[in-house]
Amino acid sequence: MLIRKPADLRYSDVTPKQFYLNRRRFLAAGSAIAGAWALPTPAGAITKIDNVKKSGYTVNEKITSRADITSYNNYYEFGTDKADPSHYANTLRPSPWHVQVSGLVERPKTFDLDSIMKIAPLEERIYRHRCVERWSIVVPWIGFPLAALLKEVEPLSKAKYVAFQTLLDKTQMPLWNRAGIELPYVEGLRLDEAMHPLALLVVGLYGETLPNQNGAPFRLVVPWKYGFKSIKSIVKITLTDKQPPTTWNITNAQEYGFYSNVNPEVDHPRWSQAQERRLGELFMRKTVKFNGYGDQVASLYTGMDLRKNY
Amino acid sequence: MKKILFSPWTKRALFAICLIPALSLIGRGFSGDLSANPIEFIEHRTGDWALRFLLITLAVTPLRKIFEQPLLTRFRRMLGLFAFFYVCVHLSMYLTFDQMFSISGIFADVLKRPYITVGTAGFLMLVPLAITSTAAMVRRLGPKRWQLLHRLVYFCALAGVIHYYWLVKSDVREPLMYGAILTLLMLFRVRIWLTKGTTNKAQPTTVSA
Repeated sequence: MLIRKPADLRYSDVTPKQFYLNRRRFLAAGSAIAGAWALPTPAGAITKIDNVKKSGYTVNEKITSRADITSYNNYYEFGTDKADPSHYANTLRPSPWHVQVSGLVERPKTFDLDSIMKIAPLEERIYRHRCVERWSIVVPWIGFPLAALLKEVEPLSKAKYVAFQTLLDKTQMPLWNRAGIELPYVEGLRLDEAMHPLALLVVGLYGETLPNQNGAPFRLVVPWKYGFKSIKSIVKITLTDKQPPTTWNITNAQEYGFYSNVNPEVDHPRWSQAQERRLGELFMRKTVKFNGYGDQVASLYTGMDLRKNY
Repeated sequence: MKKILFSPWTKRALFAICLIPALSLIGRGFSGDLSANPIEFIEHRTGDWALRFLLITLAVTPLRKIFEQPLLTRFRRMLGLFAFFYVCVHLSMYLTFDQMFSISGIFADVLKRPYITVGTAGFLMLVPLAITSTAAMVRRLGPKRWQLLHRLVYFCALAGVIHYYWLVKSDVREPLMYGAILTLLMLFRVRIWLTKGTTNKAQPTTVSA
């Protein structure tokens, strides 16, 4: 068992006894007056992840604070303001969760959360994460290579792309129709990009399971691409032979391409991509091509015009 | 009502109210409550308030006419100058922290990025209005020419709305709301100009802009 279940935690671990006793008295009084109380189940409770090995994938830069990583998010299903997801994503139920992997594969399969956690050993990787909006963070993710999951389903030789889809549940995402983008959120990678060892499926950060606003329970992280490629709360993965549609490309094709590799030489039509602001810093810093992962990933794009394939 | 509008205390109170957004930002700064991206937070808030004050300023004339309270004009200059104040903070944040005073960076942005171009244009049009906002300048220019010059404020507000609209990624509800308010305020003026044109021209014209 890799995740310690919330049941293993005692209230005394988080709340001093006199407070939770008071709370019980308060609840009892409340229910006497108001009738039945619907107590929320701690489905979204964040728990420590055990048996995580440190990996060699790390950077020599200051890790962004957990508070910043979890309070400044783009997750439009929970509001378009950066602080919205941290306020409104508590309606997401990350457990139980199922991920359907199908399409051009030998063995289509639906994974539940427990089986996802067992696909490969979990490792902590410290990655830079660069948003197309010119801010960046350094995050200690916990996950395993996307390649490990793809090997489980055995892609057919016809498969050339991998398509991903985020949950769309209107009761769990009551603000969904304010997103201003077509939902469900979809993303995609070329199969060789998806098989690259840097492409990570993520189940946690800072030693714990993912907070809802960061894409619980299970998301993608592609550190050499703009953040919107790193799709959150995945429910569906499909292997295809055609380039799959991607949400921001559907929204505005001139501004967001399929590849969306971090590239200071190719400006977004409305802002320069030459610089970025690392959260926690006041001034901008220079953006590095492929977000600093060029040595590992540049060869994926040899012979391609990155201005055209932005 | 007249008494309240005429009282110097009303003006002072309004001045204090207009400062609240700035004071709130300073307070948040001290309590570390400026979000994970404080520069952007201040830029967005001061931008919001600059646009809001521009629209409030533009609402003075319609409100004055609807409620027949000519004394409301007493507050218009202050409201307009507060719009200018928030624009200045907004712009200084951009110049300092986003551009680090890089002349080439600023020029590239102004020339290449329409939302920066239109924002800069809006600011440049506001400058002469702020400079000529004193009573002495009204006298020097003469009310006719002053009024003509200060019609620029319509374009400043339009520039502000477009600047905001072109900046957002997908959720355009807020900039559209400001656009709708501006449209209403302008329709009010158009109606007055039209009726003035068709009825009698001898009507005494007050300084209205």
